[in-house]
Amino acid sequence: METITRFLTSPMMIELIWTVAQIFAVIVPLLIAVAYLTLAERRVIGLMQLRKGPNVVGPFGLFQPFADALKLLSKETILPSGASKAVFVIAPMLTFILSLVAWAVIPFGEGMVIADVNVGILYLFAISSLGVYGVIMAGWASNSKYPFLGAMRSAAQMISYEVSLGLVIITVIMAAGSLNLSDIVMAQKDMWFFIPLFPMFVIFFISTLAETNRAPFDLPEGESELVAGYFVEYSSMSFALFFLGEYANMILMSGMTTTLFLGGWLPPFDWPILYLIPGPIWFALKVALVLFVFLWVRATTPRYRYDQLMRLGWKIFLPFTLIFVVLTGGVLLGFGLLPQ
Amino acid sequence: MSSYLMEYLPIVVFLAIAIGLSAAFVIGSVIVGAQRPDPEKLSAYECGFEAFDDSRSRFDIRFYLVAILFIIFDLEVAFLFPWAVSLGGIGAFGFWSMFVFLVVLTVGFIYEWKKGALDWD
Repeated sequence: METITRFLTSPMMIELIWTVAQIFAVIVPLLIAVAYLTLAERRVIGLMQLRKGPNVVGPFGLFQPFADALKLLSKETILPSGASKAVFVIAPMLTFILSLVAWAVIPFGEGMVIADVNVGILYLFAISSLGVYGVIMAGWASNSKYPFLGAMRSAAQMISYEVSLGLVIITVIMAAGSLNLSDIVMAQKDMWFFIPLFPMFVIFFISTLAETNRAPFDLPEGESELVAGYFVEYSSMSFALFFLGEYANMILMSGMTTTLFLGGWLPPFDWPILYLIPGPIWFALKVALVLFVFLWVRATTPRYRYDQLMRLGWKIFLPFTLIFVVLTGGVLLGFGLLPQ
Repeated sequence: MSSYLMEYLPIVVFLAIAIGLSAAFVIGSVIVGAQRPDPEKLSAYECGFEAFDDSRSRFDIRFYLVAILFIIFDLEVAFLFPWAVSLGGIGAFGFWSMFVFLVVLTVGFIYEWKKGALDWD
């Protein structure tokens, strides 16, 4: 008994328990945010199209996401007979896991970060690149035509826009002089990066739309031609994991946009009174704003054609960001503005 | 060194929790939901008729091309990361060195463009 108490109260154990508590303090609000993002999406698009959207389950339809979750949980899990079983099961789990673990390095406030690693942005970039594996595994393992085509398109699209995403991140790093996300936020104390790097901000946002397979770049799903793209064969909770992963990725990408360009947890003006509102609330507000634009874009724009999509990524964004990287470096160097 | 690695411990814990959570979701739904498989239900989906042909057939070569181009440019981005973060320290010499590298890459990029590797029609 005594050894157990001593083991549980040892400094390492306490630190571990504290870490686990922190992680759940991120995961639980994140999953709730995902649930309400699905509701918000249906409501916002509904209202933009002059209809009501789901409003029956609970007040204002607030219990709708939980009804959906229960329904999905109680559905039959289908393993297609032609599928590669193990890969088929792992693919949605991988998508979900990756969309969660990326949150470990996002700073929600001053010092409020689970793992304050000094190469945070590199970690984020790496994790978001791995997202393509979930898609391609699902498409390949299903052994069915629509998922295969959807996965091919999706993979090509995601890697195309990742290049410009990476180059945009380079410009931010040059301006901040650090790979640590907290440092990048603190470098924006005087001016948020979306003002000096405005073209990069726009390209970053459009690239995140393509990275998360959102409208107007949602043709991997393209329900009018590919039914639902790479997750046609999925049902029940495996399908739900894809869904959760995709929406968690949307929130993550909004979080990245907020951290890199919109000053993270910092209030919009450097006034003492605004610091009374804690950092995480500013962060959440900014993320919500970016997410609203995600939904707004979906309600407004028609779907791109595939050749247009590839043209935009390779022939417009890539040369433009490449030139802007050199330009930013040159300007910062020429005017002696580089952070030491 | 060890304190350096300790920074990454929360990420490992996070990974373990995420794996556990996703496994719990899948296993939970298998337990809760009724499982009544039949051959029709388990066959590959194909708009109202039985699937013909193997789905793992040939596909467009341009997907390969995009993947190869991606590797080149993503490597370039990987090179740029340490350069960008230390630009304040390496000054003009560092800037022009990378400029030469980028010019070489741009020549390759223009060649690809002219050859039509970026066209999807």
